[in-house]
Amino acid sequence: MATLVLPPDWPGGFWAHWGVFVVIIFVFLMAMVVGFIWFERRAMAIMQARLGPNRTGPFGLLQPVADALKVLLKEDIIPAKGDKLVHWLAPVVAFIPLLMLFAVVPFQGGAILADLNIGILYIVAVSSVTTVGIFMAGWASNNKYSLLGAMRQVASVVSYEIPVVLSIIGVVLLTGSLSMQQIVMAQDIPFILLQPLGFLLFFIGALAEINRAPFDLMEADSEIVAGFHTEYSGMKFALFYLVEYGEALAISAIVTTLFLSGWRGPVLPPWLWFLVKVVIVFFVIVWVRTTVPRVRIDQLMALAWKFLFPLALLNLLITAVEILVWPTVSLWLLVLVNIAIMVILVLLWSRLFKLGWGRVEV
Amino acid sequence: MVIKTEPFVVNIGPAHPSTHGVFRMRTTLDGEVVVDMEPVFGYLHRGVEKLAEERTYTGVIPLTDRLDYLASMSNNLAYCLAVEKLGGIPVPERAEYLRVIMAELQRIASHLIAVGAFLNDCGAFMTPILYMLREREKILDLFEMASGQRLTYNYMRVGGVSQDVPEEFVPALGKFVKVMPRWIDEYDQLLKENEILLARAKGVGILPKELAINISASGPVLRASGVKWDIRKADPYSVYERFEFDIPTGSVGDCYDRYRVRIEEMRQSVCILKQALEQLPQGEVRSDVPHLIRPPVGEAYGHIEAPRGELGFYLVSDNSIAPYRFHVRAPSLINLTALREMMVGWKVADAIIIFGSIDINMAEVDR
Amino acid sequence: MKFERYGIGIAKGLSVTIRHLLRRPVTTQYPERRLVTSRRIRGNELVWSREKCTGCGSCAKACHIGAIEITTSINPVANKYEVETYQVDTGYCIQCGLCVEVCPFEALYMGYAYERAQYRRNDLVQNKETMMETPDREVSGYFYPERAAKLSRQTLLLDRDKVKK
Repeated sequence: MATLVLPPDWPGGFWAHWGVFVVIIFVFLMAMVVGFIWFERRAMAIMQARLGPNRTGPFGLLQPVADALKVLLKEDIIPAKGDKLVHWLAPVVAFIPLLMLFAVVPFQGGAILADLNIGILYIVAVSSVTTVGIFMAGWASNNKYSLLGAMRQVASVVSYEIPVVLSIIGVVLLTGSLSMQQIVMAQDIPFILLQPLGFLLFFIGALAEINRAPFDLMEADSEIVAGFHTEYSGMKFALFYLVEYGEALAISAIVTTLFLSGWRGPVLPPWLWFLVKVVIVFFVIVWVRTTVPRVRIDQLMALAWKFLFPLALLNLLITAVEILVWPTVSLWLLVLVNIAIMVILVLLWSRLFKLGWGRVEV
Repeated sequence: MVIKTEPFVVNIGPAHPSTHGVFRMRTTLDGEVVVDMEPVFGYLHRGVEKLAEERTYTGVIPLTDRLDYLASMSNNLAYCLAVEKLGGIPVPERAEYLRVIMAELQRIASHLIAVGAFLNDCGAFMTPILYMLREREKILDLFEMASGQRLTYNYMRVGGVSQDVPEEFVPALGKFVKVMPRWIDEYDQLLKENEILLARAKGVGILPKELAINISASGPVLRASGVKWDIRKADPYSVYERFEFDIPTGSVGDCYDRYRVRIEEMRQSVCILKQALEQLPQGEVRSDVPHLIRPPVGEAYGHIEAPRGELGFYLVSDNSIAPYRFHVRAPSLINLTALREMMVGWKVADAIIIFGSIDINMAEVDR
Repeated sequence: MKFERYGIGIAKGLSVTIRHLLRRPVTTQYPERRLVTSRRIRGNELVWSREKCTGCGSCAKACHIGAIEITTSINPVANKYEVETYQVDTGYCIQCGLCVEVCPFEALYMGYAYERAQYRRNDLVQNKETMMETPDREVSGYFYPERAAKLSRQTLLLDRDKVKK
């Protein structure tokens, strides 16, 4: 158990602590999102045998600034027959929960805005409010394809919440507490080794929740137009864009905290370890996006309900049984057993999994 | 309470984000399922068949370049075969071998774009198409070395080829033939067993064997449905009898089979190139034919196995310097007639994949 | 329809993509670095030789677009016509090269340069003065192998591949 580096009330007094951390979180979010936009474009480009942006500033570092300027200078279009108040509120409702999420992410031992003892439950609750914002955007655009895209988004987020939450419960069982700080402290062995199936389920479910490939059918291609944010331009579109990358950042931060032992590490300062791990998780997300094609909407739902959900239940059952039956066995033995169980379960389930919905007779 | 729904008509319109030219599909959708589909084309009509009647026989060759611009050498070859049949003009042997080499290189280049665009439609975000364009650049470099241009070559002439290849062509082609199979293996490793691609493309858009034969489909679309028909083996032209190669066929006729047939055809083309390079003789490349040809009165139909199917040119001559009638049997147009049967019953996302897998070039369809 | 191969297909694809991080990208940064084009490139202009041209007009007849315009007058000095105007509208020209092939006196060549964009359509028309061969207006080796031998070698993307023994 590492000792806390900073006292929980740093730098002294409630409002000073709150003020300093609000500034830190805001700066962190903006800087990291801008950095992620650049990083994704360069990394994806090199994996596709071409150069990414390299003309705006050295190594293209000012490319996100150019994007932001372009988006800000555009005309703000509001559909004439749409619901204007809802149209204006939707990006706001989608963006604010994102900021609220970072209140419980531990950047360093003790460097956390509010060490709630229901930390992870707060995250699950708040991250669902973004979906309301997206649905409002689809509704207010007065466009049947946006509405269709938004409804698909709601259906998929609701379906994928369940495996995500169940795999989180597996981690919580191993820790014994819902608080994010306690989860980091309890990871002498990172939970990715102790809960490999849980990590896989959480990762796939999180990719579906944040609309990234291979599950990005809500916003790219198909349905002729661009989904729920078709009718948005200017600053509101910038907010949606920010929400997309901000959610990717949030997922990376949560995966780091839950499964990769957060800010703990040998040599470097803890906040640097946190950043390194977040960047590594984001790189894996970009890597998956570059390689894999898209799934269809019915295949998306089938994957959630028939593949991930039973596996999540089984994962929970096995973790609970292990904790009950072997409370004092060495953790490394548990690692081996869990990895073996994961391999067997994934193989078994893939054999049994059937995608339905072929051709429909008309 | 029963909610009444009714189908509505959607235009998957001419300016499409992800398909291959200006093509309009008026689909009737019931929820997300395609109930009916009506193709509308003609947006790229340029009157090529009429323009050809005002040009000399040699002057039509740059015009045929621009019919199926992704497979220009094949178009040139088919037209020159038709005129040579009409006039009884012999072709020297080195020219025949050079024609075969160019046609097979062109087949690889065209299939690279076809497969890349299909995978792009599936949603793989540009990665496969960028890899395949990198290999296509190597082929275009070879074409540039021989003819001077990268897209519309104007390389073949009636009675042979316009000029001989430079001396660095043969070593470069030898290196290409050694290097290419490894890249095709890399594409297979990237995508052949990808579960998501299998889920999206297997069993989707099936073209049954009888329907394919009835609509006179040709090319990879026909072969993927299980019919072993290739003009290079059934009615050999040029020197194709001297090479050994297989004809890959599919079994089911879905999008996945069409994709596999094209990849296997690329491998077979590399095999043919290897043999042609070994057997390449020395000699002339162009027989002594004037620039203004006056073939005798008659008609001829010259056809080849183009990358997209059977490309044929029908020429009628009345002993003047320009063709009297010039008609193109475009493979993309004939393959397109089965699109409605293939698409009905699938969803909108599948409709785009099915259209991408038939590999249509609108410049050929509309002429 | 089952998931065959249990996720190994996706893993193989991921390995191919990550291998590309170690390879050099294939893009060339134009205009700082330019690739050398083929020796036979059919560039955007024509180059004409006044001494060899006799004014026969074969090139104008061969051009199926009608981009070449020749006016001659009879002035039988050394058995040649006097060429008064010789105009090529490079805006119409499709660079097919048929005119170069047809010329019986080897008086017409394709140009080597390809960056010949102008701001006005009228500037695209070449007349007698702007068709001479100068160091700025090089001659391409299309159809003339002895001129091709003097140009530099083409850059090939194939040169980056290594052949395994």
